[in-house]
Amino acid sequence: MSVVRRAVVVLAAPVLALVVAGLIVSGLLLATGDDVAGFWRVMTTVPSERSIVAIMNQSTILYVSGVAAAIGFRMNLFNIGVEGQYRLGGFAAGAFAGQAWLPGYLNTVVAILVAMLVGALWAGIAGVLRAYRGVSEVISTIMLNAIAGSLIGYLIKRWGESTGNATNTKAMPEGSRIGTVAVFPDSPVELYGLGLLAVVVGVGFWVLLNRTRFGFDLRATGASESAAVASGVDTRRMIVVTMLVSGGVAGLIGLPVMFSQSYNYGSSFQTGLGFTGIAVALLGRNHPVGIAFGALVFAYLSQQANLLNIQAGISPDIIEATQGIIVLAVVIAYVVVRRYRVRQEQAQVARQLDDAPPGAAPASAATPAGGAR
Amino acid sequence: MSTSTGSQTQAGRTRTPAIELRGIGKRFPGVIANHDVDITIESGTIHALVGENGAGKSTLMKILYGVQRPDDGTITVEGQQVTLSTPADAIARGIGMVFQHFMLADNLTVLENVTLGAEKLHGIGDAARARIVEISEQYGFGLDPDELVETLGVGERQRVEILKVLYRGARIIILDEPTAVLVPQEVDALFDNLRLLREEGNTLIFISHKLDEVRAVADRITVIRRGTTVASVAPAEVTSRQLAELMVGSELPSPSTGESTVTDRVLLSVRDLTVRDAPTVPGQTVGRAVLADVSFDIHAGEVLGIAGVEGNGQTELVEALVGMRRPEQGSVHLADQDVSEWSTRRRREAGIGYVPEDRHRHGLLLDSPLWENRILGHQTRPPSVRGGWLDVRGSRKDSTRIVEQYDVRTPGIDTTARALSGGNQQKFIVGREMSGDPVLLVAAHPTRGVDVGAQAQIWQHVKDARREGLAVLLVSADLDELIGLSDTIRVMLRGRLVGDFDPQTVTPQELGSAMTGAGDEETAR
Ligand SMILES: Nc1ncnc2c1ncn2[C@@H]1O[C@H](COP(=O)(O)OP(=O)(O)OP(=O)(O)O)[C@@H](O)[C@H]1O
Ligand SMILES: [Mg+2]
Repeated sequence: MSVVRRAVVVLAAPVLALVVAGLIVSGLLLATGDDVAGFWRVMTTVPSERSIVAIMNQSTILYVSGVAAAIGFRMNLFNIGVEGQYRLGGFAAGAFAGQAWLPGYLNTVVAILVAMLVGALWAGIAGVLRAYRGVSEVISTIMLNAIAGSLIGYLIKRWGESTGNATNTKAMPEGSRIGTVAVFPDSPVELYGLGLLAVVVGVGFWVLLNRTRFGFDLRATGASESAAVASGVDTRRMIVVTMLVSGGVAGLIGLPVMFSQSYNYGSSFQTGLGFTGIAVALLGRNHPVGIAFGALVFAYLSQQANLLNIQAGISPDIIEATQGIIVLAVVIAYVVVRRYRVRQEQAQVARQLDDAPPGAAPASAATPAGGAR
Repeated sequence: MSTSTGSQTQAGRTRTPAIELRGIGKRFPGVIANHDVDITIESGTIHALVGENGAGKSTLMKILYGVQRPDDGTITVEGQQVTLSTPADAIARGIGMVFQHFMLADNLTVLENVTLGAEKLHGIGDAARARIVEISEQYGFGLDPDELVETLGVGERQRVEILKVLYRGARIIILDEPTAVLVPQEVDALFDNLRLLREEGNTLIFISHKLDEVRAVADRITVIRRGTTVASVAPAEVTSRQLAELMVGSELPSPSTGESTVTDRVLLSVRDLTVRDAPTVPGQTVGRAVLADVSFDIHAGEVLGIAGVEGNGQTELVEALVGMRRPEQGSVHLADQDVSEWSTRRRREAGIGYVPEDRHRHGLLLDSPLWENRILGHQTRPPSVRGGWLDVRGSRKDSTRIVEQYDVRTPGIDTTARALSGGNQQKFIVGREMSGDPVLLVAAHPTRGVDVGAQAQIWQHVKDARREGLAVLLVSADLDELIGLSDTIRVMLRGRLVGDFDPQTVTPQELGSAMTGAGDEETAR
């Protein structure tokens, strides 16, 4: 298949899903008597420079969250706990950085490591419970999410500082903060410096999965646990390590905002990103590039949703419904496109057979029909 | 049994054929699985389908059962041209299929398994039970509707599968390699069942690689080569050798018999190995001993064959040796190292190759390309892995080597394992496990589902490696394989090793009676 055809086939599923989701949402709006045309006008307006930067910022964060979830998914570990892991990790990093025990960027680097470590350990609890006690990671991570929330609340009340009616961790020193990158000269919003982490995480995820033994073991365990065991994979150890890695990545989610904007952990810390990450991972089929696409779509939708109420009088909640519908549509679209692709390939084999001289047909049967892939 | 009468009586009559396939074609990416297939299957006969691995037999049968749609051609069932889009369509036409991988729920009873999904027919109560008993008695299946499937042996499970399709009203029954999992006695029992079924007017189609069996039971044999039908013969007209040559399209390689290569260096030493099941009865603390006090040695250059009816502890023995199952007691020494406490990975690194009994569950990542499957089980060793990193080029190169050396029929090494025919999957696994100079090969049914030509090749590979000092534990249901390859044969019965036979002198009959415990002077100990 030519490169162009391949690209079309790869893009077909997500595009198809978006179209279907668009139709369903339109139907939904029609049924509720909302302004459908207005919805589409708002959603398709070219975002302002300021919005573009906001979308980029949000996508990098969602991307990291998507990867954190995907690491577990590739092994059939349903880590619902990304939410709790990144909040606790973010809190720990904020609290640590605020203490300013270390000078300048050294403080930053160690704070990042603290976030990863805390995220990893929090996820590791679920991993150990699953591996050695058979407790479903879905249940344990949900509980750990709740515990993380209360734990942070308690710790912050006990040791945080109050500014007005909010309580935060202490602000980090100037020297440990990370600057922002201007994309457009006039835009007041700029890219978070730590957004770069998303690139590192993405490349790291791809390399880990496709080029390392650990990644192979992880995929093998996800694809067939029995075959993995027979090949010598210690699945218990894999469960624990995978949860640690997943949680470690999760720990990074809250950092870009914290180091470039809020400078502390407090009420401005964005929550819910862990759950969105699950949807993003599903949308991206747990694939490093796919997740980037998913993150971009979700970030775009939530950014545009801000205008819905003002410009079309539609509640922005519709966007959450839309995001859910997209995920469902994607799952279906992939099946449809795969069937189509197999049929196409078969038709191609058939054509090659017809072109060949009659006597050659049996000889090419069950042997490489060159170039069919 | 009267083999020939069936075919003679059928030949005289002119009835509408049960099945007529005309010009059937089916293509997969990079492969033409079937083209221009023409078969006529007479009603009330046993029809065998033979052909090399990857010839397209399973695909053709899946088309007939509505699992796969043909790209070209017509299917005529009992005089009516039909379109079969789903198995439900096929069942509605009286066509049923028994797959090689049994599809039974272990923790359900025979009755529950049979009625599952067919509740509309006779409900799930007494009417259903009565019908099951009726079928079972009619064909001599000897099945108890209330027995749990997990307690049944392989032969019985297969009868449950056949009962399942009969229960659903099938008159045309397809069996894909039904004898691959059976030992000779069970094969005879199965064939008696098939003959009874034929007597009642049913039509049977079965695939097999064991040509002697095929000739013993079939009324007509169709040979498929490279996707198409090349001959349809009566069993009396051909020898197994001629059949094999029809399949391959050339002469078969004749397997050479080599002299013994057994050395006096003990490579594997197993002592008092005992494995227990998880307790099934509530309140019980220890399970049944599925492996009891098993002790043996294998020398470098020696093949130890284990004969036995499936389910007598062979699976547990194999899994205990590769470290997938914790024995309750006993020790395993590899060369002069005690490996009893070693993990599976460590044992594999030490040079244990493992051909699993169930290739789909334990041998392959079905949705991964072949070159990734090359890595499986060799994750810590070159050429597929260097340090913590995958060596993609090394793995691809070595996969290509396996494909060539073991004659794996595939469009390429980027093809997923699932797309290979059963026998070709098996060849790839054997090729992989023989890579990297193993010192011990633990092989369960290494040539199961492999055609006669490829079987001879695999045997040759094993013999070559044995000459270099490879020790082999060979578990097989194929007595010819055991006798032809082993230096010593032991029989496994109810978790114990009984009987010790010399393959030079033992007859299949002797082995057979030891396997069922009939030769009691040996089992007494
Ligand atoms: N789902 C699939 N996708 C792609 N190719 C397939 C698929 N199923 C079968 N094939 C290909 O079709 C050909 C015929 O396969 P089939 O399973 O029918 O062979 P077979 O005669 O049953 O062989 P065996 O004796 O090894 O079981 C093979 O080359 C196989 O690789
Ligand atoms: Mg087959």
